[in-house]
Amino acid sequence: MKKLWKGNEAIAEAAVAAGCRYFFGYPITPQNEIPEYLSWRLPEVGGAFIQAESEVSAINMLYGAAGAGARAMTSSSSPGISLKQEGISYIAAAELPCVIVNMMRSGPGLGGIQPAQGDYFQATKGGGHGDYHPIVFAPSSIQEFVDITYGAFDVADKYRTPVMIIGDGMLGQMMEPAEIPPMRDLKTLPDKNEWAACGHSDGRPRIINSLRIEPDELEAFNNHLFKKYEEITKNETRCEEYLTSDAEYIFVAYGSVARICKAAIVELRAQGIKAGLIRPITLYPYPTDAIASKAKCDKVKKFITVEMSMGQMIEDVRLAVNGLKPVEFYGRSGGNVMMPADLVKYVKEGK
Amino acid sequence: MKIVADKPKMLTETPLHYCPGCTHGIVHRLVAEVLDELGKADNAIGVVPVGCSVFGYKYFRCDVFEAAHGRAPAVASAIRRVVNPDNMIFTYQGDGDLASIGMAETVHACTRGENITVIFINNGIYGMTGGQMAPTTMPGEKATTCIYGRDPKVNGNPVHMCEMLATLTGPAYIERVSCYDVPHVIKAKAAIKKAFQVQMAKKGLSFIEVVANCPTNYHQTPLESMQFVKEKGCAFYPLGVFKDITKEDK
Amino acid sequence: MQKIIISGFGGQGVLSLGKFISYSAIEQNLNTSWLPSYGPEMRGGTANCSVIYSAEDIAAPVIDHPDILIAFNEPSLDKFEGSVKAGGVIITNSDIVHKKTTRKDVKFYQVPVDTLAAAINKRGANVYMLGVLLPIFNGDISEEAAIHAVEHVFESKPKVIPSNIECLKAGIEYMKKFVK
Repeated sequence: MKKLWKGNEAIAEAAVAAGCRYFFGYPITPQNEIPEYLSWRLPEVGGAFIQAESEVSAINMLYGAAGAGARAMTSSSSPGISLKQEGISYIAAAELPCVIVNMMRSGPGLGGIQPAQGDYFQATKGGGHGDYHPIVFAPSSIQEFVDITYGAFDVADKYRTPVMIIGDGMLGQMMEPAEIPPMRDLKTLPDKNEWAACGHSDGRPRIINSLRIEPDELEAFNNHLFKKYEEITKNETRCEEYLTSDAEYIFVAYGSVARICKAAIVELRAQGIKAGLIRPITLYPYPTDAIASKAKCDKVKKFITVEMSMGQMIEDVRLAVNGLKPVEFYGRSGGNVMMPADLVKYVKEGK
Repeated sequence: MKIVADKPKMLTETPLHYCPGCTHGIVHRLVAEVLDELGKADNAIGVVPVGCSVFGYKYFRCDVFEAAHGRAPAVASAIRRVVNPDNMIFTYQGDGDLASIGMAETVHACTRGENITVIFINNGIYGMTGGQMAPTTMPGEKATTCIYGRDPKVNGNPVHMCEMLATLTGPAYIERVSCYDVPHVIKAKAAIKKAFQVQMAKKGLSFIEVVANCPTNYHQTPLESMQFVKEKGCAFYPLGVFKDITKEDK
Repeated sequence: MQKIIISGFGGQGVLSLGKFISYSAIEQNLNTSWLPSYGPEMRGGTANCSVIYSAEDIAAPVIDHPDILIAFNEPSLDKFEGSVKAGGVIITNSDIVHKKTTRKDVKFYQVPVDTLAAAINKRGANVYMLGVLLPIFNGDISEEAAIHAVEHVFESKPKVIPSNIECLKAGIEYMKKFVK
């Protein structure tokens, strides 16, 4: 049955349904409903919640729980995610599966608490130090948040890699009908006995480590990591195309902004202007091929990247388009949200 | 032939990388001996730091996490939630790790009363990075970032961890020991044993500080360094039990 | 489809009126979205929410031009009246908002909702307002669906359900006089 769910709470319950039993977090707006919800919900299902002393502690607690073989999660918002970056790098390097949620707010600095998408670079290009990427999902509705959170733990386990789910204050705070999938039977979750360090007594110590002090050893590891990313790119890249088959103007946008683009497209088409949307659902791996193939279409006149930032994803759009078509940018920042009418006006004036 | 002394089963065959005269090796051995004796070695979980004991995972024959600098108590707190309550969990940390960058993690794991054991090696210097001033460097002692000696007016004052943590409600057992001679090694072992017994009884966090040496960075011979620990180190950081809730229970 | 902005002081039930509409829409098998303002302004300042219901998928949850504005205080009327669609609806809580809209191209209703609801349930103003809205929704959401929504929201406080349903029905009756 569909129920009205607040974005943050829907993510929390979807995580529980997916078998997540441990959560570590620190308060920051606009994601507080996630820790608040899990603080009472996890003990109900035999799990545990720690309100950590800082985001830094929280991410390292996640390292501990994931390394011990549990399904575990943390969440925060932009400044807090910055604090977690060192830990995310360690988690990627120790190959620990876990889920990190970022309900983005406006920056830089302490910035504001209204919705923004200024953490695209941080999320998709590694964020912390060294050569690594988390898998990054960017859902655009509460139901999609639920479905992606539910599946994210499986993806994390499959590749032994951190998965980041990014939304913004709008998606975290809004309510929509959504249905939570059934509770996973914990017995059916992947067996991590091979590597998880949970106190074995079989004489074969498991080591959770990211120190590789010999250059050759570390280079071999980095090659292994990037082979894994190739595999992830092949299997996990996802995007939605909306009315692109005859489109002359193609918006590229993710998350809540993609929905604003859809509303604009409906209005533009009512006025006889053929607009469409490519909505990346994974930001890493990026749906480069989908954009590249549209760039080769004669019908397409230009791409318009729309972001709640000063322009970050546009770099990946340009790389995909590779000079075949103009790539323009429409952005708002500071916590301001563009309206469908703004995009309609932009397209009509630039036509 | 009777074997009168042997390597603890919990230590691996990997040779220790520590400098000649360093007491890290002694404390590793004491932790391993104690866990062997308590029958808790094979399913113990260690969390080692960044610093000289960063390679701890090569030496302890148990599951080991290599934690980010200062975060071992946070990592251990999460492991405590996940694993069997009977698994012994210990962190092994130096002064820069535990008392500087990881101060918040240390204090909060203590105040939560996590059922873990923290082994704290206090030698008053950053050893691995080459002898910089530590949060526990004593006034007047030279380091590469206070070359004329630590001046509290310029560099601030050193931290007394045991005294500070003893003010908290959470910790169950806090003792400061040293390893500068055999009687003190024996006392240190008794303290570490008591610490793990407190954990086995699920009484909460046990914290053992070892006033230790660093011959390399203090430019001392091993013997000089032991003398220094005895005369200066233990005068500034007095040995003893700072908190023991097992006593209060009686 | 209706796009509705509800605005007022924090504590006037602004956000919960929005939730009542969304719950009613779900009971009616419609799609819906509820988007609140959030942050420090919620603590004693002004609060508002954007609510949409539609038989289609809802694209943008943000509203630039609402079909309906419900203003529970004067600053809300000042802030949002200019954005209401031509031919749209503005409703004020006339117990608090004494001035009229400057717009000539909208339908304007002044409802003393606090006074009207107080006769039945002192805390029932927002459910009364839900009733007021149903005739404006023109049959999109049935009385039955709204009753189910009220029952659902007050599931844990069954004692207050009857008086709230009474508020709802009174609101419907009140507005029927003005809307055919």
